Amino acid sequence: MKTKQKIDTVARDLSDEVHEANFIGAKMKSERRYAALGRDYADPDKLRETAGKIKQHTLEHLDQYLEQAEASFTRNGAKVHFAFDETAARQKVLDIMNEKGCKSMVKSKSMLTEEIHLLDFLEKSGKEVVETDLGEFILQIDGDHPSHIVTPIVHKNRRGIAKSFEREGLGEYNDDPETITRRARAHLRQKYLDADVGLTGANFVSAESGRIAIVTNEGNARFCMAANKVHIAMVGIEKIVPTDRDLALFLNLIGRSGTGQQLTVYNQFIGGPKRPEQPHGPEEMHIIFVDNRRTEVLASDCREILRCIRCGACLNVCPIYRQSGGHAYRSVYPGPVGAVLSPLLAGNRFPQLADLPKASSLCGACNEVCPVNIPIPDLLLRLRDKAKREGASEAMKGTPKLGMWATLCSQPSMWKTALTMGHTMNYIPTQLVPHPSAQSWQGTRKLPKFQGGDFRKWFKNRKKK
Amino acid sequence: MSSDREKIFSAIRSALAPLPERAAKPDWDNKLPVSRPAGDFDTLEAQLADKLAFASSRYYNDSQKLAELLLSEDSAFGYCDPELAPLFDKLEGITFETEYDESKIDEYRFGITKATAAVAESGTLMFTDRDTSARLGALAPWIHVAVVKKQDIVATVGEAISKFGDDPSIIFATGPSKTADVEGILIEGVHGPGIQVAFVV
Repeated sequence: MKTKQKIDTVARDLSDEVHEANFIGAKMKSERRYAALGRDYADPDKLRETAGKIKQHTLEHLDQYLEQAEASFTRNGAKVHFAFDETAARQKVLDIMNEKGCKSMVKSKSMLTEEIHLLDFLEKSGKEVVETDLGEFILQIDGDHPSHIVTPIVHKNRRGIAKSFEREGLGEYNDDPETITRRARAHLRQKYLDADVGLTGANFVSAESGRIAIVTNEGNARFCMAANKVHIAMVGIEKIVPTDRDLALFLNLIGRSGTGQQLTVYNQFIGGPKRPEQPHGPEEMHIIFVDNRRTEVLASDCREILRCIRCGACLNVCPIYRQSGGHAYRSVYPGPVGAVLSPLLAGNRFPQLADLPKASSLCGACNEVCPVNIPIPDLLLRLRDKAKREGASEAMKGTPKLGMWATLCSQPSMWKTALTMGHTMNYIPTQLVPHPSAQSWQGTRKLPKFQGGDFRKWFKNRKKK
Repeated sequence: MSSDREKIFSAIRSALAPLPERAAKPDWDNKLPVSRPAGDFDTLEAQLADKLAFASSRYYNDSQKLAELLLSEDSAFGYCDPELAPLFDKLEGITFETEYDESKIDEYRFGITKATAAVAESGTLMFTDRDTSARLGALAPWIHVAVVKKQDIVATVGEAISKFGDDPSIIFATGPSKTADVEGILIEGVHGPGIQVAFVV
C-alpha cells in the first residue's frame, strides 16, 4: 500500500501480534460497554446527554467553579497551587518535594503527568519515581509510553512482559499473568512503604465540597495515600464538576463506558489530609490545578472536547484506532479524542499533528458512545478546516488537490455534462484518469462499472400516475 | 509578572467573554443514574447480597462461616478494629491483633474494619476515614472483611454520596482489587485485597 500519512505507515508496519492485541483489546471493551449500559438502563442516552450538559455548563462557567473549588479545598485544609504551563507544573511538584525533604514518590495513573513529562523531569532532578498501576509500571521499566488511556499496555503481550520482568530481576521468565501480577504486588508493596510522597491524578473535582474523585481498579491510588506523609494531586482545570451529587451520574458512566463495569472497583473521594486520629495516610494534601493550554482549547471552537472524562470508549469503538493502535497518534492522547485534543494541546506544534483529524472515517461511532456526548466528528471537521486554512504541513501530505473537483461540484452545467460522460470511465485505465484524486481513489479501490447518468432523463420523462 | 493563578483566571475569562450565552446547568432527577435491579428483592440486604456476588465480593452474616473462609485461604492471622473484636474473638483457629503494626504488613493475612455504608444497587462498600481504624488494615491484607450494619445499607450510589459529610477520605469498594492489564485477563488481588468480604450485622 502506498501512503504518505504517518498513521497509515504505523498501522502498516505493526507486527501481527501487536495488531491483534490492539484490535481484540479494543473490541472486547466495546462489547462489555454495550452489555453493561443496555442491561442497566432503559435509555442510556439520557445519561450521556445530561452528563455532557453538566460538563459544558461547568466549562462555560469555569472561572466561577475554579474559584469555588480553590476555596473549598483551602477550607478542607488542602494547599492549592496553580500551574499555567508544563514547566510550571513540573517545577511545582519538585518544589513541594524539596520543601518537605522528600526523595521518593509512588504515583498512580495520570495522563496529565504524561503530558508534562513529569517522570523524566523528577528522575533527572534526582528523585526516585515509581509508577504503581501495573500497566504503567511495565511501561516504566520498558521505557515505553501508553497506547491507550485506560489500558495503557494493550499493545503488549504476556511474553514481552515476562521478558521485561526477567530483565529487571523480578524472577525467572514466567509469562503466566497471575504470576506476573503477584510479582508486581510484592515488588511495589515495598515501594509504597518506602516512598515519601504519593502522587495521583483526579478523574473529577467537586467544586462545592472540595473533593477529588479518583477511579482505579487496582487500588494503587489507595496505597499511594496510605503509607506516606504527603499527597500531591495533579489535576487539569477541566476536571471540575459543580457538586458531589453530580458524581453519582459521572461514576455510573465512567465505569460502564471504560470497562463495562457498573462501578470501577475503587472510587475514592479525597478532600484534604487524613484525620488526626487516623494512623495512616498523608498529613498534607497539595492540589495542583494545571492549565497547559486548556484555556486555549476553551477559547477555540472545539471547547466541547474539554468535557472528556478519559474513559477510552471512543478509542475502543474507532475503526481507525483498532487498526493503527495508540502509538500511531504520536501524542499522549490517542484515538478520536486524541485526534482532536492532541493537535490543540500541541500549541505551535499544531502543524506536525494536523494530520490526526484526518485519521477518521467520520463514521460517528465515537460520538455515539461518548459518555459526555462530545460531537467528535464535528470537531474533527473543524480541525481539518483549521489545518487547511493554515496550510499545516502534515495535513497536506497524501491529500490530492481537490480544486478541480470543487469547481465541478459547484457548476451545475459542468456537473451534468460530467455525469453524461461518466460511462467513459469504464474505458479509461486507472493510470490515465486525468485527476490525482481519482487516481488516488482508484489506486486502492475498484470502482463498480458506471451505469448511471440516466436517472434525470427518466425522472423528467416518466408519466405521473 | 503575574502569578500562574492570575494567568489562568484571566485566560479563562478571555476565552469565555466572546460567548453569546453560557450553557445552563441541566435539571436532572436523582433516579436518572439508578440502574435497573437484576430481579425482585424483598429487602435491600437481599439485593446487596446479589450485587456483591455480581461484583465478585463475598457476602457473610455468620462468623463461623467466615472463619471457614479464612482458614481455607490460609489466613488464620490478621488485624481487627478493636471495636469489632468482640464479634470475632471466639473463632477457633483465628487470631488477630487490634493494634496495627506496620512491620507485620505481610503477616496480616486478613483485616477487619468497619464499613460506613453499603450500596444495594451496585454491591459497593463505603469506607470513611472516621470509621476506618487503620487505612492499611483495610487495604494491605489478602482478605478484607468490611463489617456493615443492616440499617446502613442504602439503595443507590447517590444516597451513599449524600452521606459523605466532611470526611476527608471516602472509598467505594465494588469488588476485590483487580487488573486486566495483561492481555485483558482478569486477575484479582493486584495491590489490595484479593478477596473482599461484606459481613452484615
